[in-house]
Amino acid sequence: MSSAAHTSTGSAPVSASAVASTHNPARTHALVFAIMVVILVGAPLLGVYPVFMMKVMCFALFACAFNLLLGFGGLLSFGHAMFLGGAGYAAAHAAKVWGWTPELAVAFATLCTAVLGWVAGLLAIRRQGIYFSMITLALAQMVYFFAVQAPFTHGEDGIQAVPRGHLFGLIDLSNTWAMYCFVLAIFLGGFALIYRIVHSPFGQVLQAIRENEPRAISLGYDADKFKHRAFVLSAALAGLAGGTKAILFQLASLTDVHWGMSGEVVLMTLLGGMGTIFGPVVGAAVIVTMQNYLAELGSWVTVVQGVIFVVCVLVFRRGIVGELGALLKKSL
Amino acid sequence: MFDIPIQALMGQLLIGLINGSFYALLSLGLAVIFGLLNIINFAHGAFYMMGAFGAYLLLSTLGLNYWWSLIIAPVVVGAIGMVLERTMLKRLYQLDHLYGLLLTFGLALIIQGLFRNQYGSSGLPYAIPSQLQGGQNLGFMFLPNYRAWVIVASLVVCLLTWFVIEHTRLGGYLRAATESPQLVQAFGINVPRMVTLTFGFGVALAALAGVMAAPIYQVSPLMGADIIIVVFAVVVIGGMGSIMGAIVTGFGLGLIEGLTKVFYPEASTTAIFIIMTIVLLVRPAGLFGAQK
Repeated sequence: MSSAAHTSTGSAPVSASAVASTHNPARTHALVFAIMVVILVGAPLLGVYPVFMMKVMCFALFACAFNLLLGFGGLLSFGHAMFLGGAGYAAAHAAKVWGWTPELAVAFATLCTAVLGWVAGLLAIRRQGIYFSMITLALAQMVYFFAVQAPFTHGEDGIQAVPRGHLFGLIDLSNTWAMYCFVLAIFLGGFALIYRIVHSPFGQVLQAIRENEPRAISLGYDADKFKHRAFVLSAALAGLAGGTKAILFQLASLTDVHWGMSGEVVLMTLLGGMGTIFGPVVGAAVIVTMQNYLAELGSWVTVVQGVIFVVCVLVFRRGIVGELGALLKKSL
Repeated sequence: MFDIPIQALMGQLLIGLINGSFYALLSLGLAVIFGLLNIINFAHGAFYMMGAFGAYLLLSTLGLNYWWSLIIAPVVVGAIGMVLERTMLKRLYQLDHLYGLLLTFGLALIIQGLFRNQYGSSGLPYAIPSQLQGGQNLGFMFLPNYRAWVIVASLVVCLLTWFVIEHTRLGGYLRAATESPQLVQAFGINVPRMVTLTFGFGVALAALAGVMAAPIYQVSPLMGADIIIVVFAVVVIGGMGSIMGAIVTGFGLGLIEGLTKVFYPEASTTAIFIIMTIVLLVRPAGLFGAQK
């Protein structure tokens, strides 16, 4: 299978290496990262609704985790909702029923999804390309039906009134600003980790497998092992986002495990620019904003999302950040 | 295990066969499209739903009965599919197959969203045609005529499709184009037109299943979204390389699902996914797929 990102941009790898010879991409990334931090810190101070910003950060981390798999591994998972929603249930259960502190609840949720990702990844990488997508979708649907039936998830109601609790037993997270710092720290930490993974030797091999799997195998890399590890990492990071989201909204519900959520994260990544560092963040911000402002349109949101999908696939395959990067001749 | 009344067992097996008929028709359409276009049609469920709505609308606005719908709805929905293939899917053949999946997913969202805006989320009833009302008492169970008709009709359509593809000249061209489109084109066959017609045929099969499903399940905008994920699992289990494989797997899994409802109802929604997991572990390429 040739890579999604490769075929979409065609010239992107060439231009990226051309840029690398004259500019230092790490410096560009550091600059954009600094701008992003300023925006995330400044926006609530300038009056943007903090809960909205926190929601954007949760989905941005979710989309970045997804992009690690699709953009850098070339694997299109259509079942990432099982990690977002599954982690939500784990964190909510730990915080509400067991009375754990929020950081432990989120850590537990991340661990749970890492295990779930380990199992799901083992099955899904047995087939390639389109089959991989269908298998992840089917596994996620199985998790969805499990969530509908299992007693501890409370079916249609979900786990409600989850306490935000005290961070490390000390800081009360029901304070919006304390919560904001908690979410910001998790998002930036997760984002930095993904950046590190992509630029590590592991990430380079992963991209080599995406570009040309037989060649990577002939060089002695165990492609399946790399794909499996990427899947587990992506799942765990999606779980980190899901657990945080459950603590933030004090709710774990079926919406987050439904296949619609799996589609939404694909859309965020596609719109922002798959295989780019900052694309998923932009895509998540656009989609969450759109949902907020179009909420009164009801099911038209689905139609608009569908139209964005079609437009992106037909004429806008590089996404917002990808197009911007091509314009500025920089890899973002 | 043996204290389950025979009526209950037979009743669930019948429901399983009915579901299996739809799984078979839908996975057959997916397999035919995938064979030639290398695209997994995520909008297949949406076309199935359009078939059911087609039957509903033909009856409520034009007063055309079930038998007319059985012909008109698949033709119209198939034509819509062909237009979408010509205008959109065609542009993606040179790209990674994943884009086809993403595009059809977007199309499914649009179609479902539009129908939900127009008709709401709740189901609309569609009456069983008068000729097929009532049923037969077989002694050990009561067999409603309409359900018998659905099983027989879908079996006939499936086998006819299999026969055409495997045993006629037209099917030969189709299989040859699946192997090597350039070569077939060189022999003077219009491959792009064949691709369009094949897509239209696969879509029409989905719409036909939708018309047949209308009197059994209610007509609702989300009916396709629920079934298509199960059909994907069916396709993973069967492997898309074989037409007969798609048919056998579809009916077989419907039956297994029905049996699960009798013996362990809690697992009936997940049974097919669990089987998929086992098949992936034992035969990764699917039951009828070519093993590497």
